[in-house]
Amino acid sequence: MKTRYSYGGDEHIYVEVDEEMSLDAFFISLSMSNAVREANIPGVTEICPANASFEVRFDPDVIAPADMMARIKELEHKAETAEKRLSTRIIEIPVFFQDPWTHETLMRFRERHQDPSGSDLDYAARINGYDSVEAFIEAFHSQPWFVSMVGFVAGLPFLYQLVDRDKQLEVPKYLRPRTDTPKQTVGYGGCFSCIYSVRGAGGYQMFGITPMPIFDPEQKVSYLKDFMVFFKPGDIVKWKPIDQAEYDRITAAVEEGTYTPRIAEVDFDLDAFNADMTGFNAKLMEALNDA
Amino acid sequence: MTLKIVKPGLATSIQDLGRPGYFHLGIPEGGAMDRLALRAANLLVGNPEDAACLEAVFMGPEITFTADASIAITGGSMPILLDGEARDGWTSFNVKAGQTLSFGFLTGGARIYIAVSGGIATEPALGSRSTYPIGALGGFHGRNIAAGDEIPVGDAALVEEGRTVPVVLRRGPGNPAELRVLTGLYWYRLTEKSGEAFFNDTWTVAPEADRMGYRFRGGQPMEFVEREQPFGAGADPSNIVDGCYSYGSIQVPGGSEPIVLHRDAVSGGGYFTLGAVISADMDLIGQLQPNTSVKFVKVGMEEALQARADRKAMIAKIRKELV
Repeated sequence: MKTRYSYGGDEHIYVEVDEEMSLDAFFISLSMSNAVREANIPGVTEICPANASFEVRFDPDVIAPADMMARIKELEHKAETAEKRLSTRIIEIPVFFQDPWTHETLMRFRERHQDPSGSDLDYAARINGYDSVEAFIEAFHSQPWFVSMVGFVAGLPFLYQLVDRDKQLEVPKYLRPRTDTPKQTVGYGGCFSCIYSVRGAGGYQMFGITPMPIFDPEQKVSYLKDFMVFFKPGDIVKWKPIDQAEYDRITAAVEEGTYTPRIAEVDFDLDAFNADMTGFNAKLMEALNDA
Repeated sequence: MTLKIVKPGLATSIQDLGRPGYFHLGIPEGGAMDRLALRAANLLVGNPEDAACLEAVFMGPEITFTADASIAITGGSMPILLDGEARDGWTSFNVKAGQTLSFGFLTGGARIYIAVSGGIATEPALGSRSTYPIGALGGFHGRNIAAGDEIPVGDAALVEEGRTVPVVLRRGPGNPAELRVLTGLYWYRLTEKSGEAFFNDTWTVAPEADRMGYRFRGGQPMEFVEREQPFGAGADPSNIVDGCYSYGSIQVPGGSEPIVLHRDAVSGGGYFTLGAVISADMDLIGQLQPNTSVKFVKVGMEEALQARADRKAMIAKIRKELV
């Protein structure tokens, strides 16, 4: 891992912790961006953590770019020695896989796909060496995921699965992006899963849909009354497969204001996770039993 | 009072100076694409510089006023008509209750700013009235204005008619437009030849040019330094592990057409960026029409900061003229 620093125009500094994705790179970039926040450097206007990098926006009329760069570089050492531990939460997100809405959409944009003959899940299962779509879905939801970045559009989480690199699922994006994606589609591109927070364009493969809104600018959804965006980097997600009846039931409960997501407070420790991934994940998921 | 929207124009939205602070959640700062023009329009009618205005692109709206007001239109060039009678741009004038403002065809630039004394008074969202349609946030019910809308405006005294911004202080792009660029970010991914070609080629603004970003075409396809793609980046040589994008950053998906992200930028993604347009030239992009010729000009940090200071000085001069 070699940290690389660059200006992005005269108002941004971009810090790439590593070229490739890993939980180590994510943790360093998150701790460094936290260190920048805690340093309260005058002139900083935005701090945006990403998967294996982060970006700081600043006002060059308040602090000279070279001084800003020096201040951030000073914090690298602090982040490297920081404990890779996080007090966070695990959230169960219900997913209706192979639902009619994403299916209709993927059929509509079939000519933009690598394999127009099947569905996105057929394709993803095959290129990842799974015998069936069911086995692929099992691999997708049986182990939890880490929210490594929030962004692209309002409140959209990128998720990275908490498994060894050789077990990571990988799929390319559509050959040409779609102009439409249903709201709350669960998508997949590269080694990242995502939930489309709003309806719109998208290039990720579509696997299913969640009935649980994750962005509400009107803040009418009961669990989004405090803030319109649900996710933050560091959240842990466990997908829960549901059928259409359950999907309809949750949708109605959300509208009535009676739906409460299952959430439990957990600690994530990268070293403990690396020592025993399956055991550590089992404990994380057990926490949901009391939620 | 309210503004009754008779015809909305093409994509007219309420904008102020935006909502910085939420980009880490994918909510862009938004706000006027040409911020100097918005500040000037507000100053002309006695508003705070960051008051909300209407930003109209390529085509003006038609608006009936329900009360007397002072107004000013800045930015691109478009014939201004009050009940069919011509009025000057970059100049304050008064409107009586019942009168209708309309516009002729665009003759220069791309976006106009319509300031009304008192400022547009819709409910702010996350500290700003700027419209972010993708997130249904801000503006008028989270969207661009439509025929039949009645847009609330704050109360304010009328100002003197004929207050004007001197022509030398009206900033717009030349032809070809020159956009100054600081290289960096993932610049090293390009071969030396492609890096040089980016600055030597003449590009034109593509039809895909909006508040999220401006696309350019006509230059040579770019070549990348060969490498084994990093884990998680994706197979295309223009891919990176998804990272943050900055305002003004220039991405080139597939190495073919550069896209400069603007005020409603997506906050991150998986394409390499070769650098960014300097902050002082962001306003100019907001005034580019499709098919305009553009040259990207390489500058260093010192020059970027000087340009930033020059633009600030220009705004200070406008302020001195009008306050």
